[in-house]
Amino acid sequence: MDSFLELFDIYLVEAMINGILLGGVLALLALGLNLIFGVIDVTWICYAELVMIGMYGMYYLVQYYGLSYYLAAPLAIVLVAILGALLHFLVIEPLLSGPPINQLLATGGVLFVLQSFATVAFGIDFRNLGIRLPVLAFGEMHFSYSRLLAFAAAAIGMIVVYFFMKRTYIGTAIRAIAQDRQIMALMGVDTRRIYLITSALGGALAGLAACLLVLQYDVHPFVGLSFGPITFLICVLGGLGNFVGGFAAAFLFAQIISLGGLFSDLEWGYVLAFAFFILMMFIRPAGLLAKRQ
Amino acid sequence: MNQRTIVYAVLGLALIALPFVYRDPYPLHIIILILIWSFAYTSWSMMGRFGLVSLGHGGFMGIGAYVTALMWNHLGVTPWIGIPIALICAGALAVVVAYPCFRFRITGHYFVLVTLALSGIVLQVITATRDFTGGSLGYTPERTKGNHIVALQFDDKTTWYLIALGVWAAGIVIWHLVDRSMARYALEAISEDEDAAAAAGVNVTFEKLRITVISALMTALAGALYCQYQMFISPDTVSGIAVSLQMVFAVVVGGIYVALGPTVGAVITIALAEGLRIGFGTKAVGWDNLVYGVLLVLFIIFLPKGILGSLLDRFSARR
Repeated sequence: MDSFLELFDIYLVEAMINGILLGGVLALLALGLNLIFGVIDVTWICYAELVMIGMYGMYYLVQYYGLSYYLAAPLAIVLVAILGALLHFLVIEPLLSGPPINQLLATGGVLFVLQSFATVAFGIDFRNLGIRLPVLAFGEMHFSYSRLLAFAAAAIGMIVVYFFMKRTYIGTAIRAIAQDRQIMALMGVDTRRIYLITSALGGALAGLAACLLVLQYDVHPFVGLSFGPITFLICVLGGLGNFVGGFAAAFLFAQIISLGGLFSDLEWGYVLAFAFFILMMFIRPAGLLAKRQ
Repeated sequence: MNQRTIVYAVLGLALIALPFVYRDPYPLHIIILILIWSFAYTSWSMMGRFGLVSLGHGGFMGIGAYVTALMWNHLGVTPWIGIPIALICAGALAVVVAYPCFRFRITGHYFVLVTLALSGIVLQVITATRDFTGGSLGYTPERTKGNHIVALQFDDKTTWYLIALGVWAAGIVIWHLVDRSMARYALEAISEDEDAAAAAGVNVTFEKLRITVISALMTALAGALYCQYQMFISPDTVSGIAVSLQMVFAVVVGGIYVALGPTVGAVITIALAEGLRIGFGTKAVGWDNLVYGVLLVLFIIFLPKGILGSLLDRFSARR
């Protein structure tokens, strides 16, 4: 009995730490989406599909053009950042004055476009980078190196975004627009330019997430559906546009998924997380950290 | 008015007579699919036209299809009882998710994302309970050895055509009933300004909940019908975000504010998909969705009232 408990605890600790590591990437994804929502007041339903394109970008850069991983990653990030800016320029901007639901539905159309573009261009095979990173062992606990790397990179990415928002002129303008979009135009801030930069930044975050996810998961055209919904849930749970809330919700969700997966299949971890989400909608409908009205 | 009644009666009779005159199975199959999907799209547009954009309808459809099939296979319950049970499940789920949303004034983006989560949940549950539902490989209701009517399984297309036509017509009738009711004015007021509507004495939560439940029930029925007709369902064809978006797309293309808009949308989308499939064969995998997606974006930007809506507008402007 004693030895059984000990074993159980080690798995528990391992699952919890893995949950924290998973939370890093989820927090990164949520940050990008929250940024777009907070500033432009638009939800990119196709956000996870941008990540998917980034993952394909990484795959082709590494496997076909033989670039090293660390050389390919910045290129993939730039690629997705350009895609994000294009998405804003081509789809969102013509719709900015229309009903907000239309913008959301249009990005739903982009989701179709990106998914089927990937199907047509890359086929439906599962592909991976072919990079096998070692597994680290602490005592009897095992952690994959790729997850540690993902967590570290996600944390660095988020810190960089934080300082960009707090310390630079453009970052200040972005935060100001998030507070009041009409007034800032009168204050001489070029809203169009800020929107474009924000979209590119959101795209870059999706690109960074792609570089990290491609280490852990095979890429295929529908890979976005496996973490897209969870990202939206995290953003809503944290309160749309609320960066800190999204951060907290990401780690909470990751723990639920990881611990739920410990006791049963991984899917049940997701089901548990979804059930938790619906429960939270009753208790805190405006997000985890929102003040009660 | 009489002239209109006659035109409708002739059209209705022509639709009923169609399978007896024209017996080619393939076009009939396509028409049945169009009717079933039109019904599903119509039920989405019941909510959608009032600004209640739901991406959870894939979930309701999945419940309709899977509950009916699971009851039949595992418990031997006839679809005649299984479908009502599936509808109750879908309705209950709609209440559980929608009530807090409406009670706590979750609107716009939030509502869309919450309902999006709903389709995600249903998809994950179906995949996770693969011991019962076959997971992502799909699921087939067992062929009946007994009475076809009890099992609601028919081999001939004519029967299915008539069933689908009846259900579709019922959907259009419900649309008109809502259109002529006080609820429509209440819901339109709500979609313009919830607080003002509430101040004017509209029970906002109740009105929204009622239309949501009606819409969810109809969608679940469409799912059950689809399952009984196709005799094969998979999580990707009846549930999930892709199906929800497909509904949005068809309705937006056809016309969200007119009764036959969703039907026009279904005709266009299914004809497009089949046309591409016949024209290009397996090379066309993915192309239909690519065209859908581009069209959806273009329609929302340039023709937000949809094809039929814009045509009717132009027609009435000329008169």
